[in-house]
Amino acid sequence: MSVLNLDAEGKEVLMMGNEAIARGALEAGLQVAAAYPGNPSSDIIETLAKVAGEMGIHVEWSVNEKVAVEVAAAAAVSNGNALAAMKQNGLNVACDFLLNLNLTGIRGALVVIVADDPSGISSSNEEDSRIFAKLADLPLLEPATFHEAKEMVRYAFDLSRQIGNPVIVRSVTRISHARGNVVLGPLPKERPPLRFDTSFPLCPLPTALTHPVLHRRLAQAADLMADSPFNTYDGPDAPELLIITCGAGWLFAAEAVDLLGLGSRVGILKVGTTWPLPTAFLLKHLKTTERVLFFEEVDPVLENNVLQLYAQHNRELPRIEFRGKGSGTVPAIGELSPDLVMDCLSKVTGVQPPEIDPAYAARAKRAIDGYAPVRSLAFCAGCPHRASLWAIKQAIALDGRNGVLFGDIGCYSLGIMSTGFFQLKTLHAMGSGAGMACGFGSFERLGVDQPSLAICGDSTFFHAVVPSLINAAHQQSDFLLMVLDNGGTAMTGFQPHPGTATDAMGKPAPRMSIESICNSLGIETFVRDPFELQTATETVYDLIQKRSGPKVLVLRQQCALVRSKKEGRRYRMTIDSQRCIGEECGCNRLCTRVFKCPGLNWDKGLNRSSIDEAICVGCGVCADVCPTRAIVREGA
Amino acid sequence: MKDPYNVIVAGVGGQGNVVGSQLIGAMLVDMGYRVTIGETYGASQRGGSVMSHLRISKARQYGPLVPPRCADLVIALEPSEAARVLGRYGNPDTVGVVNSRPVYPVDVISGVLSYPPADELLQTVESLCAKTYVLEATERALELGNPILANIIMIGAVAAAGLLPITEEGLEQAIREHMSADKVDINLTAFRIGGEMVN
Repeated sequence: MSVLNLDAEGKEVLMMGNEAIARGALEAGLQVAAAYPGNPSSDIIETLAKVAGEMGIHVEWSVNEKVAVEVAAAAAVSNGNALAAMKQNGLNVACDFLLNLNLTGIRGALVVIVADDPSGISSSNEEDSRIFAKLADLPLLEPATFHEAKEMVRYAFDLSRQIGNPVIVRSVTRISHARGNVVLGPLPKERPPLRFDTSFPLCPLPTALTHPVLHRRLAQAADLMADSPFNTYDGPDAPELLIITCGAGWLFAAEAVDLLGLGSRVGILKVGTTWPLPTAFLLKHLKTTERVLFFEEVDPVLENNVLQLYAQHNRELPRIEFRGKGSGTVPAIGELSPDLVMDCLSKVTGVQPPEIDPAYAARAKRAIDGYAPVRSLAFCAGCPHRASLWAIKQAIALDGRNGVLFGDIGCYSLGIMSTGFFQLKTLHAMGSGAGMACGFGSFERLGVDQPSLAICGDSTFFHAVVPSLINAAHQQSDFLLMVLDNGGTAMTGFQPHPGTATDAMGKPAPRMSIESICNSLGIETFVRDPFELQTATETVYDLIQKRSGPKVLVLRQQCALVRSKKEGRRYRMTIDSQRCIGEECGCNRLCTRVFKCPGLNWDKGLNRSSIDEAICVGCGVCADVCPTRAIVREGA
Repeated sequence: MKDPYNVIVAGVGGQGNVVGSQLIGAMLVDMGYRVTIGETYGASQRGGSVMSHLRISKARQYGPLVPPRCADLVIALEPSEAARVLGRYGNPDTVGVVNSRPVYPVDVISGVLSYPPADELLQTVESLCAKTYVLEATERALELGNPILANIIMIGAVAAAGLLPITEEGLEQAIREHMSADKVDINLTAFRIGGEMVN
């Protein structure tokens, strides 16, 4: 049995923030959970899927976030308890539906978890999705610890059912992807029966009627959350400085106050119910101070809302100096950290952090500058994307018309960097490479003669590329879409998708064929193995010579991490020291300087290439890159 | 043990850093500690610098990141990562447990950057620690058949050096809970080898 559904009330366990969120949902009587994978949110559904059978609940990886929220909403309008989870970009995809669902309301409970990624650690952007709560007039909760994440999600289900509308819980990387102590609560024995009441429809029109209802529901949420245990104050009765914070900022602020010895002078007000604001609680504490400092990630959402509250109540409040992102005291971008919070606090209070021995600091600086070479992002050893991009690079060069490779979000996004030979020229949203390439392939009459190419992943194909292909087929756009099919949603941890033969719960599922879908649209479709470099290169080259509407090439090879775990090494790689003649060769170290798979190394002493046996996974591709055939593959 | 006791497990993606930290954390929570683990890594599955920050306390739940200069113990699965992490988080009292086997960054492989000479690198690491244990953990792990076992060898060394209150029994239970039963024997062997390497 997983710790996730362990029936052991009161037991204290170590849980990842995402597991705590999932546990909170189970403690609330979860019945349906759906998501599309995206870090830092993926583990929520992944851990729920593992216990779905035992718990008798429905858990799915949906084709995209909009469908995930729709699947969850189907339960939530039928008296059920449902959860949808996503990363910040995912909420963009889902919000069209969500901003209509809020007007009809629900007849059960729906908790939407959005895990933001301040600093874009595993994302293309760092958007602050809390703005959506205000836009949609939906309540927003933000946990500050792992245990609180669990408690808050459980509470969010109750709140959602009481107000009859979805509730958003916003986590961040430092909560979702971190681990901490969580005390388990009871798992409910009974869950509400799922039934859709057909006596009246759910329709957002006329808005003159539904919009006021939405506002009433939000006001009701404000009343219910007024005395929430998630809003706390710790510090002196009349603090010199009041820190107002939420989410991960709270833990950093508490530690910074300790390290600077400011506990008797500075108070910390933690807001857990960030929208609508807990006005009475905030006003009570704003009356006690003349200086306020905000810490939150990423945008000044709480800050601006509190400033608005202050403006509305300025007659009953003291003159307050507000510091935060608006004043430039706290950086306007990126995630918070203990040192950043300590620096800001130090700036505002004039109290300096403890100093380190200057000789040690100098040695430390030398260590970083001289002994820790930067590790650029790179494809894994044996990654099929390296081979695919090598083939694409050769084909575009052979073609000579300066072809453009449009791309999107996935491991293959690294194609924009040196590890992908700088082949990718655009990187935006899921599926946007195909859409842009479809456009660029339609501009012949405008004098465009550069070939239009796009890559996407197999999971991305289903998520967002299919509509672009339909568009391309209808518009007869001349472009080549290459689907880098590595057999799963690799970047987020190999979750299944409609093209895999199992579902989230590990049960057999019908496998959608990428090539059948493309063929059914009347699009010529080919399948190649990128490890067969020569054939893959020739196919890409041939396809960009054809001016006959859209073409699809599936470059299919399993993710190296999955393959090496399942099959071990395909080949044992060695260097033929007679053939590798080092700098004298004339190849200018093509294998390590340009192809640079991490399984290869250049032995400066021997002036030869070498194989790192702890890293090489034996894909064998480098043997075809070496012009003198000095890299040798033997059956492992 | 100091409170909070701050541990950073540093390495390169794919070295089993995150799993190692999770096992340590699970053992300590069972012993009544409040443990917070933060992980820092980039977008790639492999090849990037990876750090796990462990905050261990009897008093309260600390934040998921160790403040600069506040590491009490650095467990480095790769020597240049030890230099990187000690350079930012080390202080004159920090203890280092360091695997000597380099994993070359892609820019070193391509020749854009060079990797520091082994002896100078270890001297630099030692100059930032009150005490340093240097282990050939990857070599021993390869003898066991899988380089990833270096992480458990390092944990074995940490336990035998008395740096964290963890035991073979605790590890066995944590592996059973977080990995799978068939992984127990090989990991316990790795744990014992690590212990022998510091004794």
